[in-house]
Amino acid sequence: MISLVYFAGLKDQTGVSEEQVDMAGKTVDELWQWATEKYPEFLSGAARLAVNEEYALPTDVLETGDVVAFIPPVSGG
Amino acid sequence: MKAFEIVTTAINPQLYADLVLRPEAGAVTLFTGHVREWTKGVRTMYLSYEAYVPMAEKKLAQIGEEIEQRWEGTKVAIAHRIGELQISDIAVVIAVSSPHRKTAYEANEYAIERIKEIVPIWKKEIWEDGEEWIGDQKKKPEGGLI
Repeated sequence: MISLVYFAGLKDQTGVSEEQVDMAGKTVDELWQWATEKYPEFLSGAARLAVNEEYALPTDVLETGDVVAFIPPVSGG
Repeated sequence: MKAFEIVTTAINPQLYADLVLRPEAGAVTLFTGHVREWTKGVRTMYLSYEAYVPMAEKKLAQIGEEIEQRWEGTKVAIAHRIGELQISDIAVVIAVSSPHRKTAYEANEYAIERIKEIVPIWKKEIWEDGEEWIGDQKKKPEGGLI
């Protein structure tokens, strides 16, 4: 299983801060496609995905136990 | 305390200045970012910051490494506060020490620019009549995966 965590505006859109999905072996881009089908609101903004606390490429392949964070545009400072 | 950290209570900037001060440092720049009441004519009541804490602390440390590689002889400490912050509260502190002042100024500005690019922290502005998560203020991204 893969753990998904959502933040800020994306968390408001999902209504949950985390969930589990069975997507080991899929790519980051495939996970994004899945997420935008489940949460079409995601397409109204931008997001980066981080795997195990590091920004990921769309082609990166997910492994069991990975934690994927959905990161909307940051606004610290 | 740590040199690169997310905190939930009031920031004392002097602690971070003390952390980077060394005998070889002739300059310390200390930047504090504060909660601003007025933005483009809209009055903010207070701010709420959220972070992906473990990754945010890693990214703050990465910025410190970038600086120490780019400007030889520098030492960096950065803290960002999360939770509810009131007007004028310190949201972020950046301390940079270096042998000479020019580098300390440049490296300090580099740090805040990088924070706004890569550190997973989000700011929600709460107004009298609503609230909104603020996105990346450096660029307007297209929708979708970036």
